[in-house]
Amino acid sequence: MKISRTVITLAVLLIIGVAAYTLWPHAPQWTADETAAIRALWLGNLPPLPPDPSNQYGDDPRAAALGQKLFFDTRFSANGQVSCGTCHIPELGFQDGLPLAQGVGTTTRRTMPIAGTAYSPWLFWDGRKDSQWAQALGPMESPVEHGGNRTYYAHLIDEYYRAEYEAIFGPMPDVSRLPRNAGPVADLEAKTAWEAMTAEDRENVTRIYANMGKAIAAYERLILPGPSRFDTYAQALMEGEAATMQAAFTPDEAAGLRLFIGEAQCVKCHNGPLFTNNDFHNTGVPAAAGLPEDTGRTQGAPQVLADEFNCLSPYSDAAENECAELKFMVAEGHELLGQFKPPSLRNVIARAPYMHAGQFTTLEEVLAHYNTAPATPDGHHNELQPLHLSEAEIKQIIAFLKTLSGPVVAPP
Amino acid sequence: MKKSTLTVVATAAITAVAIIIVFVLLLPIIGPRFIMPLVMGNIAAPADLDTATTRPTDSGLYRVSFTSALDPIAINQIHSWTLHVETADGQPVDNAEISVNGGMPQHGHGLPTKPQVTQNLGNGDYLVEGLKFQMTGWWEVRFDISAEGQSDSITFNLVLQ
Repeated sequence: MKISRTVITLAVLLIIGVAAYTLWPHAPQWTADETAAIRALWLGNLPPLPPDPSNQYGDDPRAAALGQKLFFDTRFSANGQVSCGTCHIPELGFQDGLPLAQGVGTTTRRTMPIAGTAYSPWLFWDGRKDSQWAQALGPMESPVEHGGNRTYYAHLIDEYYRAEYEAIFGPMPDVSRLPRNAGPVADLEAKTAWEAMTAEDRENVTRIYANMGKAIAAYERLILPGPSRFDTYAQALMEGEAATMQAAFTPDEAAGLRLFIGEAQCVKCHNGPLFTNNDFHNTGVPAAAGLPEDTGRTQGAPQVLADEFNCLSPYSDAAENECAELKFMVAEGHELLGQFKPPSLRNVIARAPYMHAGQFTTLEEVLAHYNTAPATPDGHHNELQPLHLSEAEIKQIIAFLKTLSGPVVAPP
Repeated sequence: MKKSTLTVVATAAITAVAIIIVFVLLLPIIGPRFIMPLVMGNIAAPADLDTATTRPTDSGLYRVSFTSALDPIAINQIHSWTLHVETADGQPVDNAEISVNGGMPQHGHGLPTKPQVTQNLGNGDYLVEGLKFQMTGWWEVRFDISAEGQSDSITFNLVLQ
């Protein structure tokens, strides 16, 4: 039995060695592909703020300063109580934590976060706007959000912000003789008054209105995500700092990241440093209780094409060749039905409830939906396929998602 | 049983057990690197995919190549390509009608935009605007080319990281 004893000794030593190596805490190994996928999500990989050619005032600090005041000014609403900041609350990451946004009334969708939207070609869940400035103008005239109208806002600019406005946009036309309430809005009285105005007056007021949007966008451009624990981990991986990686992530969080970029296929839509491709996807999310089925991009696509403030409109400062996203967008088709824009996942844990109408209360519910991929109620196209993840794996993904929390950087 | 036979059997058994234990212990390291890519066959592009940017059309009528204004091609950025079309014997095709299609064969969806040939640049060159890819992975971009009563197609493969 002499040989056997040697073999036993060697085998035991080998097992102890390998066990020590595997069980000793150390940073997980990433393949070249995985490392590339992690680098692609890293905030350090975010390109510089892209210019908005449709807004020539986008990088004017005076416009940003005026825009910041307008963003928080509740006078710009029908009841004097609603500003952009009512739903986009800075302390909550510029969203409100509610399933449906509450302005002067209640909307049918959830408030979207603002951080990093300067990078998005499309705004709103259905992409019915194609710039931050055009987006900012939507809620102002919505009867359930700010509930106001164009001449009302022009009067307010004239009365409270004239000097600042003129310093940026040039002389303010005389609006004092125009009706207090007029605009192309749902309110019949204001609509009738608007139609009674001369084309020139309407054009002048609309120009002021567009400039308000451009000032607000100049401010919103500066609202950006700050680095999260994930970014510390990713940077350490890029720089080969094993100790920093180990300190930044628990084994569960690292396992969650591996699933996120691999088996769970989250990066199909939540890719890039903002964790969104800013495109449109149908993930078969059920309609919210009490609300009709939301067709999403099917509504948004024709609206952005017809939008009077889109990239190709007279109020846009862009040349035609700078509007590629709009010119080459998919405008119709069966696949648009039920598509919505994936929001950024940065700070996602602080942004319950989830989905376009706050249908899911917790990330556990969201992950359960993606894991089982239930058929869309009316049977139309749905991009999901069941993932067959275990409960433990779902917990790991959620652990990873919690590492995406970081500051939202905004002007003071 | 002879003593030597017993020794051989014991050695084999111990070795087998040791190998199994080592394999199990190493699974967390081996798994993601070697086993998962096998299991997740639908995620990786086929290994033998032809990603050449100059290729003959399906029926061999033309030879087509593309160059991207965005190089390397990155996801989520709209950009344009220049497509060059020539006959099999190298003569530029100047009067072609070209349509663009594409998508991700493994995901069953099309392109996120509607790219179009917007300019005939002459000498067999055509400007294709509005190309965009919003996911990493295997993409197909197909051009249907018609000229002088004949038509042919070419599908380029891209694998984006």
